[in-house]
Amino acid sequence: MPKYTLTINQKKFNVQTDAGTPLLWVLRDNLGLTGTKYGCGEGICGCCTIHVDGKAERSCTLNVEDIGESPITTIEGLAENPDHPIFKKWIDLEVSQCGYCQPGQIMTLAAMLEQNASRKEIDDAMDSVLCRCGTYHRIKKAVDELAEEKL
Amino acid sequence: MENLNKTTRRQFIKVAGLSGSGLFLASFVPLQNIFANPGEDPKIFAPSVYLKIDSNGIVTIIFHRSELGQGVKTALPMLVAEELEVDWDKIVIEQSDADAKYGNQTTGGSTSIRVNWEPLRVAGATARVMLITAAASKWNISPENCYAENGFVINKLNNQKFSYGALVEDASKLPVPKNVKLKDPKDFKLIGKRIHRVDTPDKIYGKAKFGIDIVIPGVYYAAVSRCSTFGGSVKSFDATKAKSLPGVIDVVRISNGVAVIADSTWHAFNGRDALEVIWDLGPNANVNTEDIRNELIRQSKTEGFEFEGRGNVNKDIEKGEKAIEATYEVPFITHAPLEPMNCIAKVENGNAELWVGSQTPQDARSSVARVLGMNEANVTVHITLMGGGFGRRLVNDFAVEAAEISKVSGKPIKLTWTREEDMKFSFYRPPSMHVLKGSVTENGTPLKFSHHVIAPSIIQMRFYRELPPKDYDIKEGTVDLQYNIPNMSIRGTTIETHVPISWLRSVYHTQNPFAVESFIDEMAYAANKDPYEFRRDMLPDDSRLKNVLNVAAEKSGWGKALPKSKGMGIAISECYESYSAQVAEVTVENNKIKVDRFVVVIDCGIVVNPDLVESQMQGAIAFGLSAALKGEITIKNGGVEQSNFDDYQILTYNEMPVVDVHYIQNNYKVGGVGEVGIAACAPALCNAIFAATGKRVRRLPVRLSAT
Repeated sequence: MPKYTLTINQKKFNVQTDAGTPLLWVLRDNLGLTGTKYGCGEGICGCCTIHVDGKAERSCTLNVEDIGESPITTIEGLAENPDHPIFKKWIDLEVSQCGYCQPGQIMTLAAMLEQNASRKEIDDAMDSVLCRCGTYHRIKKAVDELAEEKL
Repeated sequence: MENLNKTTRRQFIKVAGLSGSGLFLASFVPLQNIFANPGEDPKIFAPSVYLKIDSNGIVTIIFHRSELGQGVKTALPMLVAEELEVDWDKIVIEQSDADAKYGNQTTGGSTSIRVNWEPLRVAGATARVMLITAAASKWNISPENCYAENGFVINKLNNQKFSYGALVEDASKLPVPKNVKLKDPKDFKLIGKRIHRVDTPDKIYGKAKFGIDIVIPGVYYAAVSRCSTFGGSVKSFDATKAKSLPGVIDVVRISNGVAVIADSTWHAFNGRDALEVIWDLGPNANVNTEDIRNELIRQSKTEGFEFEGRGNVNKDIEKGEKAIEATYEVPFITHAPLEPMNCIAKVENGNAELWVGSQTPQDARSSVARVLGMNEANVTVHITLMGGGFGRRLVNDFAVEAAEISKVSGKPIKLTWTREEDMKFSFYRPPSMHVLKGSVTENGTPLKFSHHVIAPSIIQMRFYRELPPKDYDIKEGTVDLQYNIPNMSIRGTTIETHVPISWLRSVYHTQNPFAVESFIDEMAYAANKDPYEFRRDMLPDDSRLKNVLNVAAEKSGWGKALPKSKGMGIAISECYESYSAQVAEVTVENNKIKVDRFVVVIDCGIVVNPDLVESQMQGAIAFGLSAALKGEITIKNGGVEQSNFDDYQILTYNEMPVVDVHYIQNNYKVGGVGEVGIAACAPALCNAIFAATGKRVRRLPVRLSAT
C-alpha cells in the first residue's frame, strides 16, 4: 500500500493506505482524529467538513492521494484555540444538541469568516450542512452575532 | 491501577461494612481520576445508585439514561444536585452502564425527567440528610441546627463547617432515612435555571466520543450486507472477490446477512460492496407503497373499533347543519439521526462487552444475551454518547449484529453502518389514513366529530399480534380530546405491514394531531368562525390547553393583517403530560412555501432547565417541518427506495423559520419535553398554508400544485 505524508493541524503524519481511501477515514481510523464525523459519505450532509488550504471541504469525498502537500485543519486543530470566537459563541448560545454535526457546522463557518465571505455566501455555505436535531435556529443567531462582531 | 482499585475497594468495603446495612455495595464503581495519591485512598459514600461522594469531597452523579441531544445528561444530575446542595461546577457526571439496579433505563416516551423527577431528588435529599446527621453528631448538636450548602454542612450556631468529604466515613455508618422531605419549589436553586449543558465544550471541540468514535485495543471493523427486501434471506454467497480486496480479513454469516471483517471501516465497506450474495427475496418481493396504501384505503371503508364515543354521530342532519368530511394520510418516514448506527462488541470466554449508543441499553443487554445464548450477567453494555436517536436507537438490531459478528469471528468488532443502510434498514414511522367527519350547527357551534384512524400498530407488529383493539397504540393523539363536541366517535383499525415499524419522536402524535387539528380547522371554516376562537370556545375554562392556545394567539399577534400570500395557522396538542399550542406563519408564492415563523407555547409543568426546553421546541419545529414538508419513505419490491440525504431530505439552515418559544411557569407535575413540540407542528403549518392559499393539505409530505 502506498504511503502518504499529510500536514494536519500543522503536524506531519505518515499514513499507509490504499489510493482511493477518502480522507475522512484516514483521519478517523488511521489517525484517530474522530472530531471529523461520518454522516453520509456522499458530501451531502457536511458533518465531515475540514479545511484544505483554508477552504471548507468535505473529507468524505476527498481521496487521500489528491491532498498532496495542502495543509489540512480539522476541528481538533481549530480547537487548539478554545477561545476562538465561534467556540465562545457556540457555548454562550448553547447551539449544540446531540453535537454530532457541530464540528462540520463550525468548520464551515470558520472558513467563511476567515475568507471574509458575505452574509449571503455564509448563509449558502451553512445551508449545505445538515443538522437533524434542528439547531439551525441557534446557528443562525450565532452567525448573526459573529457577523456583526466582525464588522 | 488494578492494584490501586483493589485497595480502594477493600477500603470501601470496610467503610460500607460498618454501616451494617450493606446498601452501599451495589453502586461501587472505582473512579479513575482520584487515585493520584495511592496513600490516600478515598472512602466512598454512596447511599443510592445515583450518586457517590468520596472522602476527597468529589461528588459524582451517576447518569443512567441516554444522552442523544435532548440534554438529560445535564437535566437529570440537576435534580440530584438540587437536593444534595453541592457546587454544580464541581460535580463529576458519570455515564452508567446498563443495569437493572437503576430501574428503567429506556430513553423514550419523554420519560427521563417525568420518571426520575422524584427518585433523583430523593437520592440527593437522602444523602444530604445523612451528611447533616453525621455533622450534627460530630458537633453534638441537633440536625435542626445545621444546614447544607455548596458541598458543606454548616453549623448555624457558630458557622463552623464540614466539607462533605470529611463526613463521608461517618455518614456511611448511618441508617438510610426514609421519607426525607423534598424542597419546596420556591426554594429551588438549580431547577428552573438556564444551566449550561455539561457536554457542549467537548462536542464542539471534536473531543467528545460518540459511539462511532470509540475504538478498543485489537478491534476489527465490520460491515454487513442485508437483503434489500424486508423478509428476505441469504440463499448463498461468494466471498472470493471481497476477500481479495485490501484489508479484508474474514467474511462470516450472521442472522441478518453476511458480514465482512476488515482492518478499517473503509475496507469493511468496500469488502461488503464486493460480496456476491444471492438472496431469497421471500414473500414480500412484489410489495410496493401502493399495495400498502390500498390496504389502508380498503380498511378506511370499514367502521373500525370505537375507542371512545358520546352522543350519536349518526343522528340525522338537522336543519341548517353543515356537514363536512375529509380523508388525511401520512407516509412512512424515518429517523435518520446524523450518527449512523454502530456498535463495538467483544465476545470472548463466555462474556460479551458492548459499547453502544442505545436508547434501550437494558434491552441491548438482554437481546445480546438471548441471541448469543448467554446469561445477562455475562453481558456488559456501556452506553455511549449518541449523535441523535429520535427513537431509532430504541431498537438494538445493530448491537445484536455486532455481537453476532464478534462471536462468530472470535474477534472484537466495531460495526459501522453507512447512511444508505440507515435509510434502508430502519424501523419506520408507520403510514396512516384518517377518515374524518364533522358538522356544525346553523350558528356555527360544533355538533359532530368522528375520526377513524387506520394504521399499522407498532405494538401489534413488534410484540403482540393478539393486541385487544381497546389497547391499540394507534389511538394515541386521537382520544381524550378536550374539545366539547356533543357527538363524537373515535375509532381505529390496524393493518399489517411487512415493513419494520417502530417509534419515532412523538410516535402517533406525528400523525393523529395532523389529521385532527387540520380537520378542526376545516370545521372552523365550515362554521365561518376564526380557527383560534372556534377552538377556544370548545375548550373548558380551566384547561391548560386553552391557556397555551390563548397565549399562542396573543404572542403571535393572531388576527393581524397579513399581506396576500401570507397566512397564519394554529394548532394545539397534548402529548406526554405536556401541552402545546403553535402558530405558524408562512408565505406561499407560486406554490413555493416559505415558513417564516413559529410561535410555540409549551406548558410542561415545572421547567427544570428553560434553555433545554427552548432548544427542544426549536428542534422539534425543524424535525416536524422535515417530516411535513419533505419526509417520505417509499417501498418498491418490498424494500426502501430512498438511500441517502439526497432522496430523503431534511430541513436545511436557510429553510429554518424563526421560532419564538414561550413556556408557561407553574408548579404542575413535570411533563415530557422531547416530543410534545412535534405534534402541533404539521397541522399549524398546513392550516397556515390554507390561510395563505385556500388549499387544504390532506396528505403529507406537503405538495402544492397549481390546481
